Amino acid sequence: MSSVLFLIPIALFLGALGLGAFLWSLKSGQYDDMEGAGLRILDDDEPGKPVKNDPH
Amino acid sequence: MTCCAPAIEASAENISAPETNDDILRDASLDLGNGHLQLELALPDIHCAACINTIEKALAQLPMVETARVNFSTKRVRVDYAPAKGRPSAITAAIRARGYRSFLLDPETDNQTDTTLRDLVRALAVAGFAAANIMLFSVSIWSGAEPVTRDLFHWISALIAVPAVAYAGRPFFTSAWRALRHGALNMDVPISLAVLLALALSLFETYNHGQHAYFDASVTLLFFLLIGRTLDHMMREKARSAVRNLARLAPPHANRRHEDGRHEKIALKEILPGMLLDIAPGDRLPVDAEIVSGDSDVDISLINGEPVPEHAGPGSALLAGTTNLSGPLLVRATNAAADSFLARMIALMEAAEGSKAGYKNIADRAAAIYAPTVHILALGTLLFWGLSTGNWHMAILYAIAVLIITCPCALALAVPIVHIVASGRLFEQNIMMRDGAALERLAQIDRGAFDKTGTLTIGKPRFTGQFYGKPELLARAASLAAISRHPFSKAIRTAAPDLPAVKKAREIPGSGIEAKIAKDTWRLGNTGFCHADAIDTPDQSSVVWLSRNDVPVAGFAFADPIRPEAAKTIAALQALGLQTSLLSGDRSAPVLYTAETLGIADARPGLTPEQKVAALNDFSAHGQKTVMIGDGINDAPALRAAFTSMAPSSAADIGRNAADFVYTNDNLGAVVFTITIARRAAAMVRQNFGLAIIYNCIAVPLAVTGHVTPLVAAIAMSSSSIIVTLNALRLRWGSTPKPTPATTPASTAALSIPT
Repeated sequence: MSSVLFLIPIALFLGALGLGAFLWSLKSGQYDDMEGAGLRILDDDEPGKPVKNDPH
Repeated sequence: MTCCAPAIEASAENISAPETNDDILRDASLDLGNGHLQLELALPDIHCAACINTIEKALAQLPMVETARVNFSTKRVRVDYAPAKGRPSAITAAIRARGYRSFLLDPETDNQTDTTLRDLVRALAVAGFAAANIMLFSVSIWSGAEPVTRDLFHWISALIAVPAVAYAGRPFFTSAWRALRHGALNMDVPISLAVLLALALSLFETYNHGQHAYFDASVTLLFFLLIGRTLDHMMREKARSAVRNLARLAPPHANRRHEDGRHEKIALKEILPGMLLDIAPGDRLPVDAEIVSGDSDVDISLINGEPVPEHAGPGSALLAGTTNLSGPLLVRATNAAADSFLARMIALMEAAEGSKAGYKNIADRAAAIYAPTVHILALGTLLFWGLSTGNWHMAILYAIAVLIITCPCALALAVPIVHIVASGRLFEQNIMMRDGAALERLAQIDRGAFDKTGTLTIGKPRFTGQFYGKPELLARAASLAAISRHPFSKAIRTAAPDLPAVKKAREIPGSGIEAKIAKDTWRLGNTGFCHADAIDTPDQSSVVWLSRNDVPVAGFAFADPIRPEAAKTIAALQALGLQTSLLSGDRSAPVLYTAETLGIADARPGLTPEQKVAALNDFSAHGQKTVMIGDGINDAPALRAAFTSMAPSSAADIGRNAADFVYTNDNLGAVVFTITIARRAAAMVRQNFGLAIIYNCIAVPLAVTGHVTPLVAAIAMSSSSIIVTLNALRLRWGSTPKPTPATTPASTAALSIPT
């Protein structure tokens, strides 16, 4: 019984943390472009580097 | 560029578009403060990773651009820039230079973010969190917790459930309240009642150290229902934003010329009767107007479906929506934008909407029967047990068990989940649907009514062959045609070998092209211009002549060809048991010819937009439900008045907005595919309702007799939802004929050229 007393708050806290993280990611626009995110991974260039030539 | 064909031609036609005007771009930007502006543009042409990369890099190289981010899902780019460091038109110019079109979004309607979706997803997250945690407590209670632990767990559950229900239940509570206030019942009334009653009883039980609490049931119910609702909303938004991006093709601005010769860009709604407007070649007329000076050919196909351009000179009256093709025009507005032809069409559409407003979707119709039944059943249970045993506490418990177990969880998912899967299937084939109710309506139709020009036909004159003169003169005609943007000239050019344009040629609007080549005067143009009245011309075609020193030497025929897949589509519709009609504003001969070729029995030529609506009302008066398929402005009221409607994405903006379905693959096969999917979806919905009813037939007697524990209720509820969802997914796997790829227009044209 005593272990339950601190395990339950811990479990609830971790759950709430997950919920908070999700709401934050939603707010910061990470779900705005679901299709584009999958395509951007195909882009080999390092972000921030100057572009010399358009390879296409 | 790996997979993206640059749209160079399209960009060349947009020289006078608002996207090149700095003032308009600056007005459309959002002020971010600190001297930065944010501009959002629609990019209809992007479709791969390389496109994102190309555009973002092109924009990042501009000095005034801070950040540029392409959103692939909505096909838009958002650019933050500092106007102090450069002109905003450089942004659109950079995009154009890479071969993409960009369109300005209307800041009033498009810059709002979708707050409803955000609210729904947040509510979903909260409900999911609460449901998972409460279920953990419930499992330990069900597996036999001691009374003290049980009470503690009930209290913790209550602490989670009350705020979660208060937050996540709002979409349902507000909707139920709105329905009740108008004296109606929708699906949200029993949902809200069950959730709130279960919560209230659970609190009462918890306070009195009772054995059973229903926190898990009420929160899980909300969670499942929110999934359905969120998916439904996402589907609609996706279709809507795709249609909105297409609708940006019409310029919202006009070029005003003051009496003293000054020029000014003004917004559409600022145009007043009597104002002078400059209309550049390629522009669309914003309001009805009369030509003051200038000669040009105008394309009126959006208004009456006539594919052949008309000649217009000083004094001609032009309707809003007409496209100016060949020469610059100065026109005087004859009425304000609010009274123009376009506005009258919109008013006509609004009047026609009444026929659809009476339609209730299947979920609401089910609720109208279901909700009272459930409430009477629960009340009956309460009275029966209360009166017969005198134990009112137990009676309330049983009545709530009835409400929870009959709560339309599976019923609420039965319809939206099928519509989601169906719309996904349609989206893969580039068909967008407005909402689920349209899909239900499409499943019931028994007549298909088609517009002719642009829908059953290609909509542009196509070179069909040379009927007079020597074949090698085609090359000469093409070299003359190269200087003109008239549709006939374009058609000749696509049919002939690529030749350099003639240097000293000039275009005479409404007549043709004249050029001097080695002392000879060559003319390419209409019958009068080339003095060819004496020569017979083939029926069903428009003709263009080539003359040398006023002697006709060659004649070319053009027709608006029927789409290659049209005959197959009509046959497939008739095989599905639909009757077919042809409602056209075009002249009698080509309409009857088209109907005969395609096997359409009911052909009605020369209809005005009002007569098209009347024809549709006539069908519905005879108990027939009609799907209207059309693309012109003249079809828009009919599209809105029909039981349901489809339009190609090449349709006029107003037509696209009026239609329930928009197909972007330029293939009539989409019509058959959509109807097949709609019918299968309707069958699926009926099956799902059947499953939900069977589930209720088993569960309700158990609940009424008081044999249902919370565990049984929870398991029964989730499993019925899962079965309904799995059943809907069968729509994905089933075999449905895909729209057949259309034969490419170029190859059909090539076949008919005599060599």
